[in-house]
Amino acid sequence: MAVMLYRDALNAALAEEMERDQHVFLMGEEVGAYNGAYKVSKGLLDRFGPNRVVDTPITELGFAGLGVGAAMAGLRPVIEFMTFNFSMLALDQVFNSAAKLHYMSAGQFSCPIVFRGPTGAALQLSAQHSQAMESTYAHFPGLKVCAPATPADAKGLLKSAIRDDDPVVVMEGELLYAMKDEVPDEADWLVPLGVADVKREGTDVSVITHGKMVHLALQAAAQLERDGVSVEVVDLRSLRPLDVEAILRSVHKTNRAVYLEEGWPFVGIGAQIVDIIQSEAFDYLDAPLARVTQLDVPMPYNKQLERLVKPSAERVIAACNRVLYRRPEA
Amino acid sequence: MARARTGAKRTAGKTNGKRESLDGPDREQLHGLLRQMLLGRRFEEKAAEGYAIGRIGGFCHLYIGQEAVAVGAMSALRPDDYALAAYREHVQAITRGMSAREVMAELHGKAAGSSHGKGGSMHLFSAEHRFLGGWGIVGGQMPIATGVGWAIRYRGGDQVCLCFMGEAAVNQGAFHESLNMAALWKLPVIFIVENNWFGMGTAWDRAASRLEIDEKASVYGMAGESVDGMDVMAVRDVVGRAVERARKDGSPALIEARCYRFMGHSMSDPVSGVYRTKEEVEEHKRRDPIRGFIHRLKEAGLLTDDELHAMDDDVHAEVNDAVEFAESSPDPGPASIHEHVYASENVHGRLFFGEDHG
Repeated sequence: MAVMLYRDALNAALAEEMERDQHVFLMGEEVGAYNGAYKVSKGLLDRFGPNRVVDTPITELGFAGLGVGAAMAGLRPVIEFMTFNFSMLALDQVFNSAAKLHYMSAGQFSCPIVFRGPTGAALQLSAQHSQAMESTYAHFPGLKVCAPATPADAKGLLKSAIRDDDPVVVMEGELLYAMKDEVPDEADWLVPLGVADVKREGTDVSVITHGKMVHLALQAAAQLERDGVSVEVVDLRSLRPLDVEAILRSVHKTNRAVYLEEGWPFVGIGAQIVDIIQSEAFDYLDAPLARVTQLDVPMPYNKQLERLVKPSAERVIAACNRVLYRRPEA
Repeated sequence: MARARTGAKRTAGKTNGKRESLDGPDREQLHGLLRQMLLGRRFEEKAAEGYAIGRIGGFCHLYIGQEAVAVGAMSALRPDDYALAAYREHVQAITRGMSAREVMAELHGKAAGSSHGKGGSMHLFSAEHRFLGGWGIVGGQMPIATGVGWAIRYRGGDQVCLCFMGEAAVNQGAFHESLNMAALWKLPVIFIVENNWFGMGTAWDRAASRLEIDEKASVYGMAGESVDGMDVMAVRDVVGRAVERARKDGSPALIEARCYRFMGHSMSDPVSGVYRTKEEVEEHKRRDPIRGFIHRLKEAGLLTDDELHAMDDDVHAEVNDAVEFAESSPDPGPASIHEHVYASENVHGRLFFGEDHG
């Protein structure tokens, strides 16, 4: 298996799909001549030309809607948001147009489009540039949403998203782009939407999570292991469709669960997951479910404050201990 | 103020009331234009009736008074071109080729409607006739139309896309973002602003810092023109020229069609009394685009009373048939609720949540 950066895995996915299907094109701010704000599209302009790798003006509503129209007319656009923070300017086209077109036209028009870019906080970017938007997007029926945590998942999920006939939102992470890991060599590596992945097997407690937080969960699990606690880390990978079976399977095994996410607690992804667990696995639970999220405030700039607001391995460990009714020695 | 707030002169705009010649189309084509306008008018009258007796619900925006715009503009299109509009679009949809039956059934929310009763009055679509909606958010259709233009250019085609909107959409960011992209990338999109002077109850001179809409094209280096939207031949001519330019070199255009709606904003809005007077509406009705066109055809010896009566009877029959069809069609069943949310539901995992999917 080749070892690749997360950004290069996305780049490979884009290049392979553009090679395979001439209807696929990439559009967004700085994707072409600048090679992408995070270098995800590096080299694609040279390889595919300006008709298929398109630098846009800063006009998010405009180019998101352009993508919807192009999809209606038979193309398969990949629309890059430099970050999902900026996608808020485009939400009318994502929620009102892309998500509803197939329904409102009774299937006469589909909308095979991908909206992708980084979600969540990086470092000290403060309130407007640090938002985790997954629950906002997953709220809307008509959209599919995924959040790959590793280079292999990034490549496989993006390729699946591009081939899907519905609008798919692929949520990456600024702090993930430089992550290096193995990516399977097989020519057509696909990760299907709606299939979770157990990133670490365990027996005492399930930490269920998605995206960048998978790595925080693994860090917490490694620390708890030293205390003799066996943590299972379930990476949902897709939020809609959602691999409910995988969640239930893990809870049946461990009888205790924590949901970890980067976003805010109120109507977060975790709120939906704990509802599913309490209604579908109530009898398997040995403790109330716990959630770890960003604190319920806009992101502060100060480094120390930011660290406190973001989910941390310590808070994940504390939540695990809580559901285990465990008081670790100080 | 550059232009009178009220009065029929306003709609005539820069054309100064000069009528476009009847030269060009033959007698049969002229009758075709008249018939389409009449069909639009009779269709909307029946829709109003259906709404009044509670068979049509929701928001229902009628086009009465503006027929010359849709009919004149669409007559410049080929079958492989595209058109889309906002939510006052029944007549655009029918003029583009959708049947009165499927549109009326959709207004009635029936399974036989063009969107199986899931879209309603504001969301008419036809893949067959390349009518791409039916969009309910003011200005939301404009970036989509720009994307259709993008797809045409991407494939190297010579089709065009007509994008209809009301004048109130001009103040939306989507308008400016779309014009900029269409001009920047030379996309064959013709933006047609139907200036009926009112965004719901807000008159254009209370909403716009400058009243001249065609001027906004020049900001983006795009051709802009204003036309009398009560004159079907004038609209046909102006849009026709823009379409030819767009086919040749991808040039987009912005056209303001000055018109007037004779009905309220929607069926729940009174025709007059709140934001405009009865006298103002009556004055504009004197420039009724259909009566005016009939008069001109007759004057030119191109239409007889017998022909007109036969045509109107025929249109009445078509619309009555549509109503009968809609009323007698079944409602969609509950099983259809979850149909068409996704194009591809053959996926792993759960797509729908809530009590019915626990």
